[in-house]
Amino acid sequence: MRDRTEAERRPDIHLPEPTPGGANGDGRGAGGIEVSGLSAWFGPNQVLTDINVGAEVKEVTAVIGPSGCGKSTLIRCLNRMHEEIRGARVSGKVLFDGQDIYASDVDAVDVRRRIGMVFQRPNPFPTMSVVDNAVAGLKLGGHLSKSELRERGEKALRAAGLWEEVKDRLGEPGGKLSGGQQQRLCIARALAVQPEVLLMDEPCSSLDPASTLRIEELIDELKAHYTLVIVTHNMQQAARVADWTMFMLLGELVEFGPTSKIFTSPDDKRTEDYVEGRFG
Amino acid sequence: MATAAVGSTLTTSRRAKDRLFTVVLWTCGILAVLPLLFIAAYVIGKGLKALNAAFFTQTPEPPGVPGGGIKQSFIGTAIIVGIAIAIAVPLGVISAVYVSEYGRGRLAGAIRFVSEILLSTPSIVAGAFIWALVVVALGNFSAFAAGLALTVLMWPIITRATEEVLRLVPHDLREGSLALGVPRWKTILRVVIPTAGAGIFTAIMLAVARGLGETAPILLTSLGNDFVNTHPLPPTDAVTLRVYNYAQVPLENLHPIAWGGAIMLLGGVLLLSITARILSTRQQRRMR
Repeated sequence: MRDRTEAERRPDIHLPEPTPGGANGDGRGAGGIEVSGLSAWFGPNQVLTDINVGAEVKEVTAVIGPSGCGKSTLIRCLNRMHEEIRGARVSGKVLFDGQDIYASDVDAVDVRRRIGMVFQRPNPFPTMSVVDNAVAGLKLGGHLSKSELRERGEKALRAAGLWEEVKDRLGEPGGKLSGGQQQRLCIARALAVQPEVLLMDEPCSSLDPASTLRIEELIDELKAHYTLVIVTHNMQQAARVADWTMFMLLGELVEFGPTSKIFTSPDDKRTEDYVEGRFG
Repeated sequence: MATAAVGSTLTTSRRAKDRLFTVVLWTCGILAVLPLLFIAAYVIGKGLKALNAAFFTQTPEPPGVPGGGIKQSFIGTAIIVGIAIAIAVPLGVISAVYVSEYGRGRLAGAIRFVSEILLSTPSIVAGAFIWALVVVALGNFSAFAAGLALTVLMWPIITRATEEVLRLVPHDLREGSLALGVPRWKTILRVVIPTAGAGIFTAIMLAVARGLGETAPILLTSLGNDFVNTHPLPPTDAVTLRVYNYAQVPLENLHPIAWGGAIMLLGGVLLLSITARILSTRQQRRMR
């Protein structure tokens, strides 16, 4: 499942073949997401209207659109974090490996174990050390031995490209790291529980350009193993990291397609206006 | 030239106002601290001579016989406050977690309402309530009843203050944990409560300081005792009771012992409050 080698990884610039699967999720490997007829509300306010879209396995899908268009809400619906907000409601289906994550017999906790999330603001646990932060999900969720935890912690920190920087300060509080390091620590924390999908909600919006570049490189490495969905309001970022891009406006999906197409020859006038910087 | 003159008078009058307010504020500050210093000095002056070895290691002598101590009061206070802590802390923290993390319905509203009412209830009412409910039912005064009376006073303090600090824990942290597939109860237990840890401890200490200094509810529920008692069901002594009793007896040799007890109470409450202060400042720094 996660045996793709370095050589098989896609080159930096490529034009993916548009091969979206059917609405039933057929033709997708483990870790693919298919959204069908998804609507979401905060109390009486509808924030998403009938979204139908998908995320390809082991590829990066970017969600772009102006502030308040429902980007974050959409990805929070993909691992059932939306319902953690009071008064929030969802209808429609989100198929993960062909299984509807909103089906009544599915536990949100299990969904979140398989579909991890990184937030806009780095949120390491202030009471835990660097290494404890990295393995927090394992520690709080399972029964691993100390040596196993330590091993998985190192592996996760390496995967997040943080190991070399923190290996001598594993015992320090997670909050002592720089902002960019904290965000990579949060990525390590999400990776440690070995999810199949990683959702990122504007992961670079509170970081400086150098840290942003570091995270973008990391996204490129991670897609060898994970399906990634990244919300960004930085169009250059979407163009740099994503294989697929969806453009949203006022809670609706305007257009979804290969990133190169969205940025060079979109079908919808509104997409064109947005990517050319005429509004937003 | 004219503008320069105006400028200079303005500066002068502003400087004068600044001076004036600085002086006024300093005076207020000193006036606020003065009573505490005065009380502390007075109590220490009156009671220091009573603080000898016998004070801590002996029980009272019969009236008229010099010497003796109030060992049984210290033991009694420890037992009564200990019982109150054992009940009020779990109860207070649990109800705070409920109100802050789960509560949206009527029960949460009810808990908040009740704790607010209890917070301003005179302590003698708490004592009378437990007297009617427990002392009368059990047929005797006891440390247990006194512990319950203090619980009535300490529970609302712990609940309200703990709820406040739980609300200060950033929502991001809860989401970070939930997004890892950690169940909600475990997120609260292992992420939210530890993050608010020092604040919760502060709340507990302030509540203990309150319980430590109460007299009326203990008088109505535990009555007092001249001998050491370590069982929770018979009448038990407490430092506050001893101070209250010795302060009004017409025996000159007992008055310093009452003052000595007052020093210990004052010291205990100050120590708890100052520690609570230090911890809460540290907590605030960490939350930022």
